[in-house]
Amino acid sequence: MSTFLQQVLNGLSLGSIYALIALGYTMVYGILKLINFAHGEVFMIGAYAGYFGAVGLGVEGYGAAGFPLYLALVVLVFAMVVAALLGVSIEFLAYRPVRSAPRLTPLITAIGVSLFLQNAAMLAFSPNPRPYPPILREVRFELGGVIVTNVKLTIFVVAIGLMAGLSWFIQRTWTGKAMRAVATNLDAARLMGIDTDRIIRATFAVGSALAAAGGILFGLDQIMINPLMGMLTGLKAFVAAVLGGIGNVRGAVLGGLLIGLAEQLTAGYLSPDYRDAITFVILIIILILRPEGLLGVVRPEKV
Amino acid sequence: MFRRSLLGLFFALGVASTGSACKNKAADGGGSPGAAAEIVIGHYASMTGNTAHFGQDTDKAARLAADQLNAQGGVLGKKLKIVTLDTRGDGAEAANAVTRLIDVEKATAILGEVASSLSLQGGPIAQRRKIPMVSPSSTNPKVTQIGDYVFRVCYIDPFQGKVMAIFARQTLKLDKVAILKDVKNDYSIGLADAFQKAFVASGGTIAAEQSYSAGDTDFSAQVTAIKGSGAQAIWVPGYYAEVGAIARTAARLGVKMPLLGGDGWDAPELFTIGGDALNGSYFSNHFAPDQASALSQKFVADFKAKYGQDPTGLGALGYDGVMVIADAIKRAGKLEEPAIRDALAATKDYEAVTGKITMDKDRNPEKSVVVLKIDGGKAKYEALVNP
Repeated sequence: MSTFLQQVLNGLSLGSIYALIALGYTMVYGILKLINFAHGEVFMIGAYAGYFGAVGLGVEGYGAAGFPLYLALVVLVFAMVVAALLGVSIEFLAYRPVRSAPRLTPLITAIGVSLFLQNAAMLAFSPNPRPYPPILREVRFELGGVIVTNVKLTIFVVAIGLMAGLSWFIQRTWTGKAMRAVATNLDAARLMGIDTDRIIRATFAVGSALAAAGGILFGLDQIMINPLMGMLTGLKAFVAAVLGGIGNVRGAVLGGLLIGLAEQLTAGYLSPDYRDAITFVILIIILILRPEGLLGVVRPEKV
Repeated sequence: MFRRSLLGLFFALGVASTGSACKNKAADGGGSPGAAAEIVIGHYASMTGNTAHFGQDTDKAARLAADQLNAQGGVLGKKLKIVTLDTRGDGAEAANAVTRLIDVEKATAILGEVASSLSLQGGPIAQRRKIPMVSPSSTNPKVTQIGDYVFRVCYIDPFQGKVMAIFARQTLKLDKVAILKDVKNDYSIGLADAFQKAFVASGGTIAAEQSYSAGDTDFSAQVTAIKGSGAQAIWVPGYYAEVGAIARTAARLGVKMPLLGGDGWDAPELFTIGGDALNGSYFSNHFAPDQASALSQKFVADFKAKYGQDPTGLGALGYDGVMVIADAIKRAGKLEEPAIRDALAATKDYEAVTGKITMDKDRNPEKSVVVLKIDGGKAKYEALVNP
C-alpha cells in the first residue's frame, strides 16, 4: 500500500510539472490556434537559466547550510523573466511574420524554432547532462510509510500557486479578460479596441514563464538536465494539453496530472519500458474517442 | 482538420529529429586522408551526450599513445594519426562513423567503441570491409563474435558479472539483491544476466528485477518498487550518468542499500551527479589508479601531465588499444589489413597498462577484474580477482 501511495505521489509531482508546461501550449493554442512546438525548448532554456542563475549566485558556496530561500526565489523569477523574453522574441521573430499564412506554415515554423533552439543550446551549454544545483536543500520525512521530501512538496506548492495565480490573472485582470476575448474571436476583439498584438505577446510571456518554473522544478526533481530534455517532456505536456482539451486552462492541469500518474503507475506496475509509450497510447485513444479532450467543448468549424 | 494536421505533424517531427541526429562533425576530422606518410587509426567514440566521458577519456589516452609512439619515430617509419568521429552515443551514428572512417579517412585500423551496443553497430561494417577493429572496452561477448576482424583489449561480461556476484555473496554476505538494468543497452543486459546466473548459482536470490532505458531521467518508480522487495543491495550494471541519478533517487526515497555495478560506472561525473548517495557502493573496473604496476603508474603520470586530470580505467584501455594495434602493425611489418589482423590475433603476453594481453581464439584477452569501493567521492581499490 505504501508502495502504491509512493508511486502516486511521484506521479502527481511529475504531473504537476507537465501541467505547468501544458498551460503554455494550451494558452497559445487558445489564442492563435497554433501548437507552439518550441515550447518544450523554452522549458529547457528556463531550466538552464535557473541553473546559471543559481551558479551565478554561488549556490555551491552555501554547502550544507543550504541556499537561502529568498535567493531561490530570485533564481525562479530570473528564469521566468528570461523565458518570458525568449517566448516573446520567438513570437515576434518567428510567428508574427507568418500569422496570416495557412495554419500549417506557423506549425512548421514552430518545429524549426524548436530544432534551432535545441542545437543552439547544445552549442552553448554543451550536449552533456549537468547535475542540477541544490537550489533547495533536501529534507526528507516519512508519512505513513511514504517518503515525502520538501522538494516534492515545493513542486506541488509552486505549481498550484502558479496555476491559481494564472486562473486569477485570466479571470480577474483586464489583460486576462482581453486574452479570453482574443481567444473567442480575434477580429471582434480588435474591433472592440483591444491591442491584439500586445495580448498575444502577453500570452507568450506568461506561458513561457510558467514553462521556466516547470524547468526549474524538473531539474530539482529529476537531478539532471540536458539540452534535449525539452523534446520528450514537451511532447508529453502537449499530450496533456490535448487530453484535457486544448485551449482549456483547467483541462491542461487535469491532463498534466493524469499523464504524470499514468506514466508513473505504468512504470511501477507494468514495465518502465512502456512509460513513454503510455502517453502516446493515451493521445491516440483520446483523438479517436474524444478529440476535443476531457474538458474541451466542440466548436463548429467556422465557415 | 485538427486530427489531420496532428498526424502530419508527427511525421514532420520524426523526419526533423532524425535529420538533426545526422549532422555530427568530426572532433577533428580534417587533414589529408590517406597521405602515405601517415598511418590513420580511426576512432569512433561518444565525444558528446550521456556517455561523453567514455569517448573523451578514451580519445585523450589514444592520442597520448600516438604521441608517444610518434616521438619514438612512429610505426614502420610512419607517423600514427588518430582521426576521431563522434557517435553521440547513438547506434546509427556509430555505423555512419565507421563507414566514414574507412571510406573518407582511409583508416588502416579502427579503435572503438566503448559501449557494447555501439560496437555491435560499427563492428559488422569493419568486418565486412575487412578492416581490423579493436574495441577498447566493450565487454559484451557478442562484440567479438561479429567476426575475425573484431578484437578487444578488455575482459568480457560473463567474467565481470561473476566476479561481482561472488563478491556480493561471499565478501558482502548478501542473500537478496535487486537488479536494475538498462534494457536498451546490450552491455547492461549481458552484465545483468551474468550477475544473476552466478549469484543464484551461489545460493543467493534475486529479490526484484527492474529496468530503465538509456536517457530516462525519472527512476523513482523502479526504486520505489525495489524498496518494497526486501533486497539488501541493487545491481545496476548501467552507465555513469543514469547510475548517478539512480543513486540520488534512492537516497531521496530513503533507500539505504549499497549499489553494485560494473566498469560502465567509471567516470568522474558519477561522483558529481551521485554525490554522497554513492558512499559504500562497489563497482568492478579494469585497473585501479591507486594500486597499479610501474607501467600503469607511468601512464597515469603522463596522462595527468598532458591533460591535468586523472585517467579512468576506460582511458587506460584506449591507450592499450592503440598500443596493441601499433604492436600488431610492427609485427606484421606491412600496412596490409589481413596481415595486421593475423598479427593482432597472435598478440601474446603484451605488457599493457591494464595488465598482460594475450588474445584467445575468440579474440578476447583474459584479464583480471579490480573491485573498487566508493567513499567520499572517490573510488578506492578493494580487491583484485584473477580469471
